[in-house]
This record gives sequence, structure tokens and C-alpha cells, in this order.
Amino acid sequence: MKNLTIWVILGLTLTFLIGPFIIIIFAGASAGEALAFPPDGLSLKWYFKVFTIESFRDSFLLSMFLAIFGTLTALLLGIPAAYALNRYDLPGNETIRTIVAAPIIVPGIIVGLALLRYLVIPLDFTVTLALFMAHTALVLPYAVRVVSSSLNNLRADMEEAAVLLGCTRMQAFMKVVLPNIRGGVLAAFILGFVTSFNQVPVSLFLSGPGVRTLPIDMLAYMEITYDPSVAALSALLAFMSLAIVFIAERLLGFSRYV
Amino acid sequence: MSDKYVRLSDLTLSYGKTVAVPNLNLDVVEGELIALLGPSGCGKTTTMRAIAGLLTPTSGAIEIDGRDVTRLAANKRGIGLVFQSYALFPHLSAFENVAFGLRLKNMADAEVRSRTEAGMATVGLAGFEARKPAEMSGGQQQRVALARSLVMEPKVLLLDEPLSNLDARLRLEMRTELQRVQKDTGVTMVFVTHDQSEALALADRIVLMKDGKIEQLGTPSQLYAEPATAFAAEFMGFENIFRVEGENLVSNSGQLRLGFAASSSMLAWRPGGVHVGQGPFSGRVVASSFAGGHREYVFDCQLGEIKADAPIETAEVPLGQSIAFDLPQSTARPLLA
Repeated sequence: MKNLTIWVILGLTLTFLIGPFIIIIFAGASAGEALAFPPDGLSLKWYFKVFTIESFRDSFLLSMFLAIFGTLTALLLGIPAAYALNRYDLPGNETIRTIVAAPIIVPGIIVGLALLRYLVIPLDFTVTLALFMAHTALVLPYAVRVVSSSLNNLRADMEEAAVLLGCTRMQAFMKVVLPNIRGGVLAAFILGFVTSFNQVPVSLFLSGPGVRTLPIDMLAYMEITYDPSVAALSALLAFMSLAIVFIAERLLGFSRYV
Repeated sequence: MSDKYVRLSDLTLSYGKTVAVPNLNLDVVEGELIALLGPSGCGKTTTMRAIAGLLTPTSGAIEIDGRDVTRLAANKRGIGLVFQSYALFPHLSAFENVAFGLRLKNMADAEVRSRTEAGMATVGLAGFEARKPAEMSGGQQQRVALARSLVMEPKVLLLDEPLSNLDARLRLEMRTELQRVQKDTGVTMVFVTHDQSEALALADRIVLMKDGKIEQLGTPSQLYAEPATAFAAEFMGFENIFRVEGENLVSNSGQLRLGFAASSSMLAWRPGGVHVGQGPFSGRVVASSFAGGHREYVFDCQLGEIKADAPIETAEVPLGQSIAFDLPQSTARPLLA
């Protein structure tokens, strides 16, 4: 009896976690014209159609650009920040950590509105630049946190040893610290990439004509055209995320860092 | 040979507002093996880090080989340091760990190779070049750390608790190894330890430190036989230390009338220096244990607890029984304070 309860709970959990994903895959593989489940016959035509929709192509490229360069920028800022927070007993260390974590805590929609109201409108920032800044800020907390936990496992005397063997502090960082935290850096990159790519609330306010991230573009598309291509695209994106995480897990045991 | 090869003058070292070492003066002779000995917090590691350049002195000067290096960056001092944790680079092979410093010198590849191989051979690790630190034992890792410093031909080699992470057998092996390396290379070595037996066995001279100051400096035999203070005596195994007041020995628990006139303010006896079995004093046995060549007693008397070693030939005195003993002048060590 107890066993049965456990199986029921497990079954329900999995159904609600994976169920929507399966529904999307099949809804996208419909032979019909409208988004429906169960699908109206099976066909891959919507999966191919996705690649011919021009706005999806543009917004996909924008999302990719934001995810890759936003995350790289966040790492460029986050790695030195994590290093400084770890190695030096700075005044206000905890305050800085909290501020760095703020973009996760503050609702994205507020960040989006704030950037629109105070950067884009009065200062004439382009929407792309504002989006780039927003995504960088959003990924920064992950970069700092994941890199910090790698640095915690790295003893400071290793750097001192490198310095005594002739390294400058910078060389010691590049030759000794960086190679030993590269797993954490890669993990932070993947986490940041996925976070940025799937980001909706911040981007909602920062989309203009011709400048939309992919998730926003999909929302906009569905308001006008209720066909299965959105489901097909969603399924493709889910597979892409899965593939990235799977490869990362295989290459460096991603789950150790997150 | 300079007898002021490493020279610390009026060296004051502090962490923030806490002064760890006030006004230290010490000369290290070229080619000697000198030990900084003391309990944790005595400033020995701080002093070592200052010599290495990892800590900037608050005041005072550090000279090495006649050159003032007080403000010289750590990576320009040419000093080797074998860390207690070894601090090997986990992403590099043993070979690349040893070659690390040489590669920074823009040295030709062939020379890096030959010097690294020679360095690995010196510490008996030929054949282990491809191993990663994680695939080596603690003793092997320490040898890699030693070779990594030695190939740089440092002016001074510093060692932080070199034997403390090794088991008893490896300790002996490494001790011999360090002495051999020092004899072969002639490098000046300064090592830090809290273990007096390590310092006694390895060092040419011992600097006993307490609260950031030098308590006593001398050869191992000097320190062992003639500790000057109660602190030094305690470190060197004098377990019975008492004040002298007039003709009496005084402790916190009471006093005992001495059989001879003492000129110092304190007297100390090793457990082996206490005569057991006969004498003017008596105590009650509270602990007794067999230690191979002798029997270790603890007994209670007017002075409190006394630790004494009795020859194994003497009959065992059971717990609770009274025992006669003497604190003879011949084995007493007079102390300053």
C-alpha cells in the first residue's frame, strides 16, 4: 500500500514534468493547420516550416547573440569579482554578494521596465544594447556563484607557490587558477546561456519593431497565427537545451557545479 | 661562506593591528640548516612568509646574500618554499610541476627537460614524470614539491613543517633525504616546525620562538642540555620545573626543602633525572606505565605531580603506594625564569 502511494506520487510528478514536453512534441508534429492535442494526423511539415519563418530566424540569431556574448561578458566581469570576493577580506563583502545576486531576486519585469524608462527612452540607448546589458546583468549572479564555488575548492597557497617560482600575480592566475576552475567556468557559461536564452520577463519591455528575442517573438507569433509551428519550435529548443546539458554532463560532470 | 647570508634586522611583522613578530633579529649562516621551532602562534610561519616575500614587514629589513630584499617582490627573490600542503598544481603532471619555474625563464626546451629530469632524479622520482599529483602518495608529492623548488637553484630554501604530514617510516626517510639534498646542493635551508624531535634531528641550529620573540638560539645539543628558560626547558622535555625560594623548591601546590643550595631562580629535572626508589622525599604513585627500557611513574608529593622514569630493574611500586625519590643536584638544570 505504501509502495503504491510512492509510485502514484512519482508517476504524477513525472507526468507533470515531462507531460507538457511530450504534448508539445506531438502537437508540433501535427498534419493539421491548428495547434491541437491530440494532433490531427502526424507530419513533420511544421518542423520544417519553422526554418522558413523569417522573424524566427532573426529573433533566434538575436537570442543566440545575447546568450553567447551576454554570458561571456558576465563571465569577464564575474570571474574577477568572484576571485576578489574569495581571496580578499574586503569591507562590505557580504553586501557586494547580495547586490550581485539582486538580478535574480528582483522580478525581471521590473528590471525590463527600469531599463526601458531610464536608459532606452531618456538616453536613447538602442533596444539591442539595453537587452545586452539586461542579459549580462541577469547572468552575472550565476557566473559569480558558480565560479566562487570552484574557487572555494582551490587553495590559495597554490598561487603563492606559482609566485615564488617566478610568476606575477596575473601569470599565477592565468597559469594556475584558471586551468583549475575551467570546469566551473564552463558550467557557469552553460547555465548562463540557458538562462539568457529562455529569458522572457526582462525582454518583454525591451522588444521593439524588428528587435525581439526568440521567446517574445514566439508569443507575438501565436497572437496572430495559431498554427503548430510554435509547438514545433518549442520542441526543437527543448531538444537543444537538453543536448547542451547532456554534452556538458558527459564532458565535465556538469551537475557537480550547479 | 657568509655567516650573515640571511639577515633579519629589527623585523616587525603584523597582521592588521596584531603584531605577530616584534623586532626580530636573526642571522642565518650560508649553507646551514636552521629550524624555527615553537608552538603554533609563536610567529615562526609568519617569519618564514616574510623571508619568502609573501608578507611585507611593518618595519625592519631582510637581507639575503648582502642585498636588501625587504621591498623586493616575492617572484624576484629567488627563494624556494616547500609548502606544508605541498601546493602542487593539480592540472599538471609531476614533470610539468617541476618544470613550471624553468619554463617561466624562457629557457630552451632541451635545457628545461634536462634540468627537470635531473631534479626529479635528485629526489628519487625518475620514472614518475607523467603522473598527476592526485595519482601520487603524500611522500611522493612532497618530493615533487621539493624538486620544483630545487631546480630553480634558490638562494634559500624554506620548508613549512616538512615532516608533519608523513607517517613515521616516511618521516625518517624524508629526514635523511633532506639532509642529503642539503649536503649535495649546499643550499641554505630554513624550516619551520612545532616538533622539537624534528628540529633536534635535522637542524644545525635551532631558533626557539615564543610570542614572536627568540627564546633561545643554539645547536640542538646546546638546547637539549642547557635550556635557559622554563619555556625552553619544557619544550626540551624537562617535565618537572619548580621555583626556588631560599632553600625550598616551590610550586603552586606546596614546597619541599632542597638538599643543596641553588643559585638560580628555577630548577628543572627531566623524568630521567629524578632518582626513584631511594631518597629523602616520598610521594604516592598515581600512574605507572611500562615503556620498554624504563618505567614511567607519575607521583603526587608536596610539589604536586612529579614525572619520573625508573630503571626497569627496580621493583615496581603499585598504584597508591608511597615511593621514595630524590631530586639530585647532579641532574638539575638551573633556569633563568
